[in-house]
Amino acid sequence: MTGAPLPEPAASPTATDAGVRSTQRAPRPRWRETLGLLARNPTAAIAAAVLVLLVLMAVFDETVAPDGPNEISVDDRLQAPSWAHPFGTDDLGRDILSRVVLGAGVSLRVGFLAVAFALVVGALVGLLAGFYGRWVDDVLMRFMDVLFAFPAVLLAIAVLAVRGPGAGNTALAIGIVYVPVFARVTRASVLGVREEVYVRASRSVGASDWRLLTRHVLPNAAPPIIVQTSISLAFAVLAEAALSFLGLGTQPPNPSWGLMLAEGRGFIDIAWWLAFFPGMAIFLTVLCFNLLGDGLRDVLDPRQRTLMAGGGR
Amino acid sequence: MSVVVFALVQLVPGDPIRLALGTRFDQETYDALLARSGLDQPLVQQYLTWAGRAVTGDLGVSFRSGETVTSLIAERLPATLTLALASILVALLIAVPLGTISALRPRSLVDRVATVLSQIGISVPEFWMAIVLILVFAGTLGWLPSGGYVGLTEDPAGWAQRLLLPAVVTGVVSGSVITRFVRSSVLEALGADHVRTAQAKGLPRRQVFTWHVLRNALLPLVTVTGVQLAYLLSGVVVVEIVFSWPGLGQLALQAVQARDYPVLQGAILLFAVTFLVINLVVDLLYTAIDPRIRR
Amino acid sequence: MTAPLLEVEDLRVRLRTPRGPAAVVNGLSYTVGRGETVAVVGESGSGKSVSVLALLGLLPERVATVTGSARLDGEDLLTMSPERLRQVRGPGVGMVFQDPMTSLNPVLTVGRQLVEGIRAHGEVSKAAARERAAGLLAEVGLPDPQGALDRYPHELSGGMRQRVVIAIALANSPALLIADEATTALDVTVQAQILDLVESLQADHGTGVIWITHDLGVVAGIADRVLVMYGGRCVEDGTVDDVLERPAHPYTRGLLGALPDLAGDGGDLATIPGTPPAPTDLPGGCVFWPRCPVRGDARCETEQPPLQVVGAGLSKGLPHRAATWCTEGSAR
Repeated sequence: MTGAPLPEPAASPTATDAGVRSTQRAPRPRWRETLGLLARNPTAAIAAAVLVLLVLMAVFDETVAPDGPNEISVDDRLQAPSWAHPFGTDDLGRDILSRVVLGAGVSLRVGFLAVAFALVVGALVGLLAGFYGRWVDDVLMRFMDVLFAFPAVLLAIAVLAVRGPGAGNTALAIGIVYVPVFARVTRASVLGVREEVYVRASRSVGASDWRLLTRHVLPNAAPPIIVQTSISLAFAVLAEAALSFLGLGTQPPNPSWGLMLAEGRGFIDIAWWLAFFPGMAIFLTVLCFNLLGDGLRDVLDPRQRTLMAGGGR
Repeated sequence: MSVVVFALVQLVPGDPIRLALGTRFDQETYDALLARSGLDQPLVQQYLTWAGRAVTGDLGVSFRSGETVTSLIAERLPATLTLALASILVALLIAVPLGTISALRPRSLVDRVATVLSQIGISVPEFWMAIVLILVFAGTLGWLPSGGYVGLTEDPAGWAQRLLLPAVVTGVVSGSVITRFVRSSVLEALGADHVRTAQAKGLPRRQVFTWHVLRNALLPLVTVTGVQLAYLLSGVVVVEIVFSWPGLGQLALQAVQARDYPVLQGAILLFAVTFLVINLVVDLLYTAIDPRIRR
Repeated sequence: MTAPLLEVEDLRVRLRTPRGPAAVVNGLSYTVGRGETVAVVGESGSGKSVSVLALLGLLPERVATVTGSARLDGEDLLTMSPERLRQVRGPGVGMVFQDPMTSLNPVLTVGRQLVEGIRAHGEVSKAAARERAAGLLAEVGLPDPQGALDRYPHELSGGMRQRVVIAIALANSPALLIADEATTALDVTVQAQILDLVESLQADHGTGVIWITHDLGVVAGIADRVLVMYGGRCVEDGTVDDVLERPAHPYTRGLLGALPDLAGDGGDLATIPGTPPAPTDLPGGCVFWPRCPVRGDARCETEQPPLQVVGAGLSKGLPHRAATWCTEGSAR
């Protein structure tokens, strides 16, 4: 018996016109649409707003902070939260609110630097590995695997042990830890689009590797990288705090949240606010980056979007 | 990989022997120590010696205390393993029920609360949570000791009391990650075609859920648990410090501060090897429980 | 036919979707007699699958609203208790799903999946259930049925798996077998074997069959009657001969015209322009009119045509009905 299939408009275009569909799927980053969708997700929108506020606060720290961060006032030692000092004061009489405000700058700067480093190096490695394949892929990714095999905090500690403590080295240490993550994410997306018809088509008309990478591969690999960036920022801020807490990151008297926590730890029984507010600041910042990352994933990751749309079937 | 471990640590600036001697410095002892530790040899030579010995379990001698690194690590390993395993237990006890319930009633109140809680758990700095918990349970309430460690055999009750807080701290963080995983995994399994087949057979609800949803959803949990366990082994560094838990993390940190190369190298190597071992065990376990991978 | 096995009346299914409520099935009525095979045809999205899933309560409760009635041996499937429905699934209605690759649990053995179905409906010892499972596998033509019991689904080919799915559906000798695109994923020879198998089982057990497909070749080979669905409605039904040889509805004619003519001159494949209506946004009037090449009546755009008899009942005294204003030369 010869099965004679009926035309299935919903199904047949997928099979016959895969190329056409792929081309339609090759999106320019649709910033407008992305932002619009993001705005409709209240959690992510609020998270983004808080982060913008935080960045502004970090940029205008000196103007925003009520007092100098290192202004010592012996008379005001270990004051509980009050109108004059909403977050209280520490053992040297420094205003904790001011130090938290200035700490935002330190934490965010280290976080952004770390992720920028990881992003640039990792994306480059992932692009090269994914695009050229073969031995380039083998060598690069094997090395990434080795790097990935080290526990993150320990790797960072080792890097800091080598380079010595300090904000710049902390950023570098965290950055190195996240290079393999970005390399993997980028490579996976590149592999996903490398064989797409429009990439092969471009190659066949003689487009250069550089042009292929920048015009076709990169824009398509972008969504997961953007999501990964937001989530990595969360963990970079967290890692900076952890390393500073251990005394390996930002050095005193600079106000880093992790460092403030470490300093406040000794006073936990008599002055809880010393450790509480910096911890709260870390927590909120990390939470916002995570929520933003989730929101971005919902908007940018089409698989999840279709998954939700198909939920009823 | 051992090359990376070695190189990483060799690059630490500072002269370890000078540091170890401190104020009791005299050239003769220095030279003797230098020769004994082999630090006067070329780097490649040093590496080969170190790697050759490491294979046989000899990781060298601590600059600081003069004890062998192997014995130092052996001394600390049980504490770290105990904490990591207790944490993963806490994590699973939180994650499996919470994730499953969330998945069964998506967008319900329970689900929303669980989602918020896990998001909080992922974002909270462990050391801060540790401090807050110490403040509440050891300080204000005075129910539990604020830290330290006693052997299980010496004082079982004290052991459990001291283990509880650190295990909860790290367990909550890992548990949050795993909860999200369990939720999406169960949700996916619920929508699988074979679940419909099972229902169409007329199986009782409970049987469909246990054998056709949960069993399939929890298979990949083995992988995630393995990854989390590996993460815990290093993630506990900070928590070990806060709770004065005498584990490997504490040892590694002290080694960094004292520029005690052999100990640092040993500790990092051990973490890396453990990570690989866990991955291997996960792979083997997966092969054992997932018939699709079996050959 | 006085007491049909299954009597579906005014079945309606609404689904809540992210794009708003979707009217997926809109007043479907049909019957299936004992030993009779009814083929349900239509394009993807015409509501075929949803309409049968609704019968067995297999649509997610949170998103689906099902109304109407579906009496199996006089008992309404849509209003019975969950426990009673569970009892009916299996012995009352067996169901074969479309994709053999995904409709078996990958981590349980074939034997286990058969045995649990058997043991869910009556006190049967494990050994006896296993024995019966092996018998079923032999019945559906699986070589080495004993050995197959301990195999996992991925160790079997697609055709073999589909036989297992059919064996599961038949495990409790159902009065009604529903096959949802059961052979679509298989190659033609296997497909033919399975059709033969179902026909012989049907002859032996007197099972009623609902065969959902978009493959008219299968319809011609297996069905007694045909029901053509479009936009969640029945637009034409009747005996196979009536519907395939004297299609009354423009849509049915379109479907038949869209068949590739193997003996032909290789000319263009006739297609129906446009796509089926979205169930979230059904047109008023005749559901087909936006794509209809005829549109021969003023009411097409405004009034829903009723399902009415278009010709004399030709074979077995069964009526041939169509829901269209545009019947050329038929009774009106």
